[in-house]
Amino acid sequence: MTIKNLSRRGFLRATLSTGAFLLGANLLSEMAWPESESATQAVFHPSVFLGIETNGTVYIVAHRSEVGSGSRTALPRVVADELDADWSRVRIEQAIGDDRYGSQDSEASRSIRQFFDPMREIGASARLMLVRAAALHWRVPETECETGLHAVLHRSSGSKLEYGQLAVTAASLPVPKREELQFKPRRAWHYIGKDASSYDLTNLCTGRALYGIDAHTEGMLYTSIERPPVLGGRVRSLDNSETLRVPGVKQTAIIETFKPPYDVQPVGGVAVIAENTWAAIKGRRRLKVEWDHGPNGSHRSDEYKEELQHAVRQPGKVVRNVGDVDSEFAKGGKIVESEYYVPQLAHVTMEPPTALVDYRDGKVTAWASTQNPQAVQEAIANAVGVSKTEVVCHVPLLGGGFGRKSYSDFAVEAAILSKKVGRPIKVLWTREDDIKHDYYHPVSVMYIKAAIDQQGMPKAWLQRVAFPPIASNYDPTARYGIDFEVAGITNQHFDVPNYRAENAPATAHLRIGILRSVSNIHGLFATYSFTDELAHASGRDPLEYLLTLIGPARIIDPKEQFPFDTGRLLHVLELAAEKAAWGKRRLGTGFGMGIAAHRVSLSYIATVVQVEVSRDGKLRIPRIDTAVDVGTVVNPDNVRCQIEGAAVFGTSIARTGEITVSNGVIDQSNFHDYPVARINEVPYQNNVYVVDSSAPPTGVGETGVPLILPALCNAIFAATGQRIRQLPLSRSELV
Amino acid sequence: MVKLMVDGVERTFDGDPDMPLLWYIRDILGLTGTRFGCGMALCGACTVHHGGRPARSCSMAMGTLAGAEITTIEGLGNHLHPVQKAWIKNNVPQCGYCQSGQIMSAIALLKSHPTPTDKDIDVAMAGNICRCGTYQRIRAAIKEAAREMA
Repeated sequence: MTIKNLSRRGFLRATLSTGAFLLGANLLSEMAWPESESATQAVFHPSVFLGIETNGTVYIVAHRSEVGSGSRTALPRVVADELDADWSRVRIEQAIGDDRYGSQDSEASRSIRQFFDPMREIGASARLMLVRAAALHWRVPETECETGLHAVLHRSSGSKLEYGQLAVTAASLPVPKREELQFKPRRAWHYIGKDASSYDLTNLCTGRALYGIDAHTEGMLYTSIERPPVLGGRVRSLDNSETLRVPGVKQTAIIETFKPPYDVQPVGGVAVIAENTWAAIKGRRRLKVEWDHGPNGSHRSDEYKEELQHAVRQPGKVVRNVGDVDSEFAKGGKIVESEYYVPQLAHVTMEPPTALVDYRDGKVTAWASTQNPQAVQEAIANAVGVSKTEVVCHVPLLGGGFGRKSYSDFAVEAAILSKKVGRPIKVLWTREDDIKHDYYHPVSVMYIKAAIDQQGMPKAWLQRVAFPPIASNYDPTARYGIDFEVAGITNQHFDVPNYRAENAPATAHLRIGILRSVSNIHGLFATYSFTDELAHASGRDPLEYLLTLIGPARIIDPKEQFPFDTGRLLHVLELAAEKAAWGKRRLGTGFGMGIAAHRVSLSYIATVVQVEVSRDGKLRIPRIDTAVDVGTVVNPDNVRCQIEGAAVFGTSIARTGEITVSNGVIDQSNFHDYPVARINEVPYQNNVYVVDSSAPPTGVGETGVPLILPALCNAIFAATGQRIRQLPLSRSELV
Repeated sequence: MVKLMVDGVERTFDGDPDMPLLWYIRDILGLTGTRFGCGMALCGACTVHHGGRPARSCSMAMGTLAGAEITTIEGLGNHLHPVQKAWIKNNVPQCGYCQSGQIMSAIALLKSHPTPTDKDIDVAMAGNICRCGTYQRIRAAIKEAAREMA
């Protein structure tokens, strides 16, 4: 990272006054600094991270998309803390997409992990420059100056200069070298580690917050798109005559079906363009379209499940190997094996995919509900034949992301249509569009086989997974997952001498994508259902069994940037168990507790789920206790929010999450047939314990999701003796 | 021609009588605080008050709304309602997208049940989906608002 003083540059005058102090942080150090830039963008220039106005207002750029996980508030608070800024005088500016910010891809729980240190460096650089500006003003050595809240103080004279008063002088100073910076000690932090509410909280509660769906520009038209019911299908014939009679409908336009690999290209279809959303939807209902379904028209999820079940029983591609499981299995000891199934899942963000795009004379302006504005720039550029730098992508708030909005296809639809029609076009997916044309979390079958000793502990562990891979986005013939797609089975940390993970092949017939915690969802369901089965097979307590299986506190991979510390895992496991009063309550006859612990997104988490199951299969979750160690915490209450919400997300998956396919067409369409958790179904008491830690910060957003599945099913086993190996629970008459 | 009141302002609509109130509010009036979520009255994101009662604006055709009195989240006024204050105090929202609808449902609940039980909350709020899973805080905020308004 390099930091530069940009105060004398000619841009930004639309936002800030002439005397303002501006610091740029180029998070990609190899990229050249621009010498001159147009000042036409009425937003922060993409190399500026921090601005201090002469009136003392501090502007901090939020460069990651806000999906609801809190990074838009958390990262600026890290800057503000190191700057000693008064948070009430901080204004956050949301960045447009630009490569100079480094990655803006707001997925995989990475915002704090990747940008905590750079944010501190920006804050510390600005603080030192303000101190130097004050020292110049007072003609004293800088060592006699220190910062208080939003001001520099001169100790011996009692003089004080507010940051705003120092902006003009600081603007003329060189940026200090990194070695000159003094970072605040942890005990001096006033924001990091303290509960804070979202910067946008009041707007979120008054309807004033603006999401992608709320974007508006002069002359815009609305569209609703009828997409091919089968992936890869295309329009055979179109009769739009009834559609064009609907008042407000302007025209229809065909969007070409992608050429494989589909990546983030539109799936194709017929767009109805109209003066308002309703006219577009109504006109769309009157389209008469015949489709060529293409090669995926015979895909059926019942048959596909059998294919996966077959594949997972054959040797697959080895993705991790320790010791020699085969020779251990050959010894003829006790073998336990089991098979698990997790269906295909849809994201169903409350705000469906939406984007407004204005293509005009080879330049594009987009407002996209995107987790990755740089990818939107690139995808639009490719689709409409302009350079990436000609695409400006604004990022409003997102009404949920969960990985769906990492894919730019919906913004590309709007760009293609805007170029065709010559007007700004807003694309809004209906809920039906969202459920029927998602980048689905893949259906999977997992097989685990273990050879256990006299005490029931595994001597050898073979784990295999079969699923249609995300890799097929980029290579239609891909049958194996990319590394992160098998992480849910390779990130094993048990104290087992022989271990092998295998990926069995499968061909995708739908778009496959990332969903909050990705392969951990099915991988950890299998792993921690199986540990529970092993514990019960040898009559051991599941908690005691897990503690033994994890083994002594140790660092597994000391050379990694984030080494796996089993001591931290043991700690959260013991903490969650203690808080839940594990072992203190009688289980069975309808009441049960289930437990699981793992490292997810580099954070350590353990969860205990309690269930009550009535005789007629009515499932209630009275309480969940979750302990997390996410390293250094920027905003503890936000961590609690995320873990609470993730538990709800996990229960949705476990109870009712299932997308099925008949003849290439998704069977589900809206919340009546793809239900998600409602207030009367969720854990009643959802307790989160955040461990105090000074380790580097790690992920939060995804961390709480996956363990809910096995912990819940283990609790059901404890309550009823019924072992759930196939989700969702609604298929087992448990709801 | 349909005459109705929206947030205390008299409005006249002479467009397609099939148009759902939601799209009239959002696209024609430009009041974007009311959200689209499902179009089938299944998720509650579009909840407004119709004559003081909670109603799903995605499923109410404009042609049926002559003389209706509609209140959107924007129509709650410039001062925060006790329910909004409780939402802020409990740091309820994550992405926030569904919260306009949640708040409108909660306000209506507290009108009919000033001291709601858990069961009352379940019944009144089960129609409002929050995909971020803020339900525990929604429940706490409703109880707190009830105490404040008592």
